Amino acid sequence: MKTLKEIQNEKVEEFAMFDDWLDKYSYLIELGNTLPPFPESLKTDDRLIKGCQSRVWLDARMEDGSLVFSADSDALITKGIIALLVSVYSGRRPEEIASDDFSFIERLGLRENLSPTRANGLVSMIETIRRMAENNCAK
Amino acid sequence: MDLEKFRSQFPQLSRTVYGKPLVYLDNAATALRPQSVIDKWAESASMNTANIHRAVHYVASVATEEYENARKAVASYIGASSPSEIVFTSGATASLNLVASSYGSAFIGKGDEIIIAESEHHSDIVPWQMLCERTGASIKVWKVSDDGHLDLAQLESLLSPSSKICCVAHISNVLGLVNPVDDIVNICHSKGCLVLVDGAQGIVHTRPDVSKTGCDFYVFSGHKAFASPGTGILYARKELLDSMPPFMGGGEMINTVRWSGSTYAEAPMKFEAGTQNFTGVATLVPALSVLQSSMEEDLAANTDKVCGYVLDALSSDRRIHLYGLPGDGFVKIPLFSFSVEHCHHEDLALILDKMGIAVRSGQMCAEPLMDRFGVTGMLRASFAPYNTLSEAEYFVRSLDRAISMLA
Ligand SMILES: Cc1ncc(COP(=O)(O)O)c(C=O)c1O
Repeated sequence: MKTLKEIQNEKVEEFAMFDDWLDKYSYLIELGNTLPPFPESLKTDDRLIKGCQSRVWLDARMEDGSLVFSADSDALITKGIIALLVSVYSGRRPEEIASDDFSFIERLGLRENLSPTRANGLVSMIETIRRMAENNCAK
Repeated sequence: MDLEKFRSQFPQLSRTVYGKPLVYLDNAATALRPQSVIDKWAESASMNTANIHRAVHYVASVATEEYENARKAVASYIGASSPSEIVFTSGATASLNLVASSYGSAFIGKGDEIIIAESEHHSDIVPWQMLCERTGASIKVWKVSDDGHLDLAQLESLLSPSSKICCVAHISNVLGLVNPVDDIVNICHSKGCLVLVDGAQGIVHTRPDVSKTGCDFYVFSGHKAFASPGTGILYARKELLDSMPPFMGGGEMINTVRWSGSTYAEAPMKFEAGTQNFTGVATLVPALSVLQSSMEEDLAANTDKVCGYVLDALSSDRRIHLYGLPGDGFVKIPLFSFSVEHCHHEDLALILDKMGIAVRSGQMCAEPLMDRFGVTGMLRASFAPYNTLSEAEYFVRSLDRAISMLA
């Protein structure tokens, strides 16, 4: 199995292949479409990530010692971003996620290229993933 | 004035974003600054800095004069009968809070009613809700029609002997329609109800005349009208200002201060406690002169052309739902809020941004209106007199491209 850092490096390389931001958006939109359907019954307020202009739901459950994420959003680009995060962090042990520095976000260039309101949304997504991981670490 | 010459006054129009020319269509949020405003700010900051109204030294008198000249300029621009009817604040929001807090706590009490248009900005809703919580007064909502129109007959049916004040925008920041404020004032005054007009957008697209309209309060922000941010105006009729208690206590708003109690200065000083934004206020003078020139013939013709073109393009596109339609006497200004079938406003705004186009997306500080139209948010393109027809065409083409990216 690849390490978290290896997967992150792959994503950064993949994303860097597009020089044009509209191509990056198209890539994110496609990525969002690969997310499995998110059950309507899980779209509850406690799964809603605060601080985004669009609505983003994130759910996490433990399976064989790993944290499995599923997510959805009513906006396509945001859905792509959460899909990217899910593809990196889903199936990892909570300890590993909780000790990550999340610096690959910086390397993707997402933060500075999204408007501040959006960047806030991104920060909230990361914070939520980190918190979910911490809550599931072995005591 | 010719459009190119007018544009050349705004340095930011020549900047690029992501390597593309900036097409700034978020003017309803804040307008760009013309060079004369930038120069005035720089001149005041670099040469005329001294606190106003206090000292006897030379620069203080220059700074005070600039500040008071701005008051005169605003008074004459909006047709107030005297500069003492103009209170400077930090913005439209602060002006609205001042009225709700000062006028409201003195004259609005339990059982009284406040009429608020459904299309108001949060800044003209929340201060009144806070007043209602404190006093036991209540709010009556003046609903808009599907086209975004406010119906005068409905206003008449809302008015009762308990109606104390009616709060309505001159132009809503979402609907972009000019409301019939003259008629609203006549109707309300005949029932003994005051009228507050939120002119944050109205000042930019019309030439208000508060004496002719007869409204009791008119508020706006400098920054949407080309002046420095942090400047705001409250116009109120003299008798009202005289009857209202101070809003904040502090320096320069007093007459005498004793431990046994203080007495207050006359209006408008009574409402200007503490050091004011004198550097910003000075920029209102050049800003108003640019605003006035923006409504002259050539430029007005361009604005009409741009407005007509965008209105046609958006209303003839079946994927697009436009909110705030002209007709029945409602004139549209070039401010377009809309939603697009199957497209999230945030996605559209992000894609347009990368094409160099700045538009607003979201609730636009009018959540009750979003609920009214059953949407989580809208996209808004708001044009200023410096926006060209070719920018408008680029916007319409880019929007089409953005929609197809999301299809
Ligand atoms: C109609 C209306 N009222 C009030 C405001 C609040 O203005 P400010 O934020 O400058 O105080 C705005 C600005 O968005 C507005 O458009």
